[in-house]
Amino acid sequence: MRQRLLATAIATAVVAGLVTACGAGDAADSKIHLTIATFGEFGYEDLLKQYQTEHPNIVVTQHKVGQAAPHHKELFTKLAAGSGLDDVEAIEEGYRAQVMAKADKFNDLSKIGPADAGPDRWLPWKYEGGKSKDGKLIGYGTDIGPLAMCYRTDLLQTAGLPSDPDGVKALFSSWQSYFDAGKTYVQKTGKPWFDTSTQIFNAMHNQHDVGYYDQNDNLVVATNPDIKKDWDAVTQAIADKESAKLVSFGNEWQAGFKTSAFATTVCPAWMLGSIEQNSGPDNKGKWAVSSAFPDGGGNWGGSYLTVPLQSKHPKEAAELAAWLTAPQQQIKAFVAKGPFPSQVQALQSPELLNTTNAYFADPKTGALYADLAKKLTKAQYKGPADGQIQDDVFAPALQAVEQGKSAADGWQQAVAGAQKAAK
Amino acid sequence: MTLTRLPARRPEATAPVVARRDRLDKLDLKVSPYLYVAPFFAVFALVGMFPLLYTAYVSLFDWRLGDDTAKFVGVGNYTELLADPQFWNALVNTISIFLLSSVPQVIVAIAVAVLLNTNLRLRTGFRMGVLVPYVASLVAVGIIFGNLFGVNYGLVNSVLDFVGIGKIDWQADRLASHLAIATMVDWRWTGYNALIVLAAMQAIPPELNEAALIDGAGPWRRFTSITLPMLRPTVIFVVITSTIGGLQIFTEPKLFSAMPGSDTGGSTNQFQTVTLYLYQSAFDNQQLGYASAIAWMLFLVIVLAAIGNYFITRRLSR
Repeated sequence: MRQRLLATAIATAVVAGLVTACGAGDAADSKIHLTIATFGEFGYEDLLKQYQTEHPNIVVTQHKVGQAAPHHKELFTKLAAGSGLDDVEAIEEGYRAQVMAKADKFNDLSKIGPADAGPDRWLPWKYEGGKSKDGKLIGYGTDIGPLAMCYRTDLLQTAGLPSDPDGVKALFSSWQSYFDAGKTYVQKTGKPWFDTSTQIFNAMHNQHDVGYYDQNDNLVVATNPDIKKDWDAVTQAIADKESAKLVSFGNEWQAGFKTSAFATTVCPAWMLGSIEQNSGPDNKGKWAVSSAFPDGGGNWGGSYLTVPLQSKHPKEAAELAAWLTAPQQQIKAFVAKGPFPSQVQALQSPELLNTTNAYFADPKTGALYADLAKKLTKAQYKGPADGQIQDDVFAPALQAVEQGKSAADGWQQAVAGAQKAAK
Repeated sequence: MTLTRLPARRPEATAPVVARRDRLDKLDLKVSPYLYVAPFFAVFALVGMFPLLYTAYVSLFDWRLGDDTAKFVGVGNYTELLADPQFWNALVNTISIFLLSSVPQVIVAIAVAVLLNTNLRLRTGFRMGVLVPYVASLVAVGIIFGNLFGVNYGLVNSVLDFVGIGKIDWQADRLASHLAIATMVDWRWTGYNALIVLAAMQAIPPELNEAALIDGAGPWRRFTSITLPMLRPTVIFVVITSTIGGLQIFTEPKLFSAMPGSDTGGSTNQFQTVTLYLYQSAFDNQQLGYASAIAWMLFLVIVLAAIGNYFITRRLSR
């Protein structure tokens, strides 16, 4: 009997021990272990191998997540929890403002990073984008997404519109001419002109100096005349049946490429891959990229590498991040997976300029995007809830208008939603 | 725990050894059972009770994710929530999806169980067959159904178009989206519930049916007067578990959204459920206090629904 009591006690103790024994115990070698967390394809796999051969005392583990949204959710949760982050964490343009609001939880790379990672490495606006409000350098720029317009040469021809590179320049010179051309296209073919109003609206929106927020983080959605003007233009285009009403990046949108459901789409540099993949081999040579973009160019997306304060080896982590974002490395990443480099030198390298994409009608895509990238001068100021207002407020509101809601009601939904998100 | 309260060597330890052993035996008899069940309760307290209570605590604050200076607002989150149209919209959506899925689900499950209880060929094959949807990964099911109910290129709309009914905008229309999501739920859970009902059906003593048969009762009479009343406890169980699951529905509406990764539940929140709104509040809007308040409101709703359910089911099958 007594033994049973003893056995019970031991069993309880063992269970308790098991619960507490999890974790603990790093490999006790003298090497420095670094971790890096990325999403999508950064093209770093081979580079990290190279880095470890060149730095035998460092072991790097990469954690990859498929999509940006879950990556950033995890980032913010671990930032709040105070532990669990990798030594190097990638952040995406759309989440930059949210990260900068927590800049006190990241290292200032201008203090701990190597000297060669100075401002002259990047396009000026990209470098500025990596800074917090109080001037700390939070992130080293990796890639950017210069905006071009992609169009189907064959579909434009059937509508009697010009389809050669010079001819389309007139169509894509301003948003007005773009929507007018769309009207003609719809009248001639009875088919929609572009894929979805959100893609168009976001591109238009990002061209303005002031977006959803002013420089002092005041929400100006209701008072900024540019936003209302964009809204009116886009909802008018919806009323004119120019939109194919396919939700961006959803599977119907993907299918729309294959079935030639629309004739044009905005395409940042990183979009070429999805156009090729979604349109399939049957449509090879039919898509073309135009360097003309309505009302001048723009940027959509791109990322930064940061070193959170949680890192136990901030100096080594900053060195790794600086090395990865150096022009010669970003070129290799671009060749491997296609993220378009944001480094001045990389934009001049022959490897980039000579890059061709045989899927497209005019295949010299490398030189085309490099040109567009050089024309960009500044990025719009982004407030704390900017990404959310774009994805969770304006995108659904535009979708609602596409689904039959009136433009005025949709606008009210957008303004109310933005106020709620910014609260 | 209890072990630490064991008396150490007390002064009267000089008492005969037999008496001491006796006392230990008694103690063993009283204490050991509690020790055996203790691990469960210890783990439950850690991963069940603590989060529950801590959520209640957090819900009293204006607590942003990563905020080190959360402000105490008392019941502020709850009063805000009660005046929040998006919450009521989500609650109505949840109840609508729950009713659209659970009611047909329980009825069909009983019908399927009756069919499976007859003398079928390949009986085991059929019985396993109805469980197959349950084995499929929920995320895979969500993605496939999202595809089937696609507005432009979905199979369902192609068929509807072909037979002349015309396309339905499963994403935009509120009721249509609820129906599509309910279909997803039913496809997955009906077979599972049918097997539970079938097990209960087989536990009904055959004598009852035989007696009724001799008395001249037809199959329908035997079903309503013997099978259904005997199934009552099981049906109550099935209804309560599907209530709990139905009111917490999350994955299906999240994956149904045409916008990948979106938590808005459609362009005007037409199929955003309470848990989806909770998730959006916590991880998109990063308002953990508000999200915790939603969690507690949902908890109360489920408790109320479970109680209501219990009484209704009891009355119906009396």
